[in-house]
Amino acid sequence: MAASESGKIDPMHQFEVTPMGSFNIGGSEIMFTNSALWMILAAVALGLFMWGGMRRELVPGRWQAAVEGFTGFISSMMTSNIGQEGRKFTPYVFSLFMFILFCNLLGMLPLGVLGLHPFTVTSHIAVTGVLALLSFAIVLVVGFWRHGFHFFSLFVPHGTPLPMIPFIAVIEFISFMIRPFSLGLRLFVAMTAGHVLLKVLSGFVINGFNADNIVIGSVVSVLSFTLMIGISALELLVAGIQAYVFALLTSLYINDAVNLH
Amino acid sequence: MDAEAAKLIGAGLAAIGAGMAAIGVGNVFGSFLESALRNPAAADGQQGRLFIGFAAAELLGLLAFVVAMILLFVV
Repeated sequence: MAASESGKIDPMHQFEVTPMGSFNIGGSEIMFTNSALWMILAAVALGLFMWGGMRRELVPGRWQAAVEGFTGFISSMMTSNIGQEGRKFTPYVFSLFMFILFCNLLGMLPLGVLGLHPFTVTSHIAVTGVLALLSFAIVLVVGFWRHGFHFFSLFVPHGTPLPMIPFIAVIEFISFMIRPFSLGLRLFVAMTAGHVLLKVLSGFVINGFNADNIVIGSVVSVLSFTLMIGISALELLVAGIQAYVFALLTSLYINDAVNLH
Repeated sequence: MDAEAAKLIGAGLAAIGAGMAAIGVGNVFGSFLESALRNPAAADGQQGRLFIGFAAAELLGLLAFVVAMILLFVV
């Protein structure tokens, strides 16, 4: 955790994207940022995790059981939400879930004590927004591919009274178009809020130690530190839940495209 | 009123929204637990719906947080 200089807490500093080097592609300069570095680290960690568990042994060891737990979890979610046709989309939703989970968890690593500052990739709407748009694009492509223009019946639920159709259709259309926005925003804000909270509390700890009044300062520090431990545990939970919610909502949206409603 | 002060007051008011979302999320999980204890056999099948409700309730609180952050750091 970065020590707050001159007693002022700067919780937004941790989200800064800093260039770490640049290279040229076709005359334009491409920056390699810490965001890209941590995305690559997440992908590598995910690759190692999957590689270690895909030995296909008849009696799974611990590692393989862990990987199979994740794959089984996602594939059962897909079959229960979409049905048998959902199995086709399992690889996409599984990679989405695992990538978000690993990014969230890598951002939580307490590497700050070693002087290395983990960067939470998912705390930027540029990243989560693209993931959400990817899901949305899949919904659109699959929906129009399977149903053609009949896909627009998504905006008119079954049994809508005739006079209500214009209003319902407008509302359904808005709620449909806002999906990628809310999907990306939820993940981005949940991660940002948690990290801001942790940073503010760590600022309290440092400022408490530097306070003139040693009694009040140490009470504030110890209480804030205890709270930080609890919030860190909560953040681990949030990291998992947000990845799950992203995958769950993606599967529900794909269900709309596959089965209409 | 000073514009800076108004910003800070607005950000503080946005925190009410976060508290309201806490009530909403608590209500979602509380109701789920209440009914899950009445009929534990049906509880597992409803977990997806539980998290959809959680996500919907939480999003509004997160929006309040976004409003506060925009007021503090962007405007």
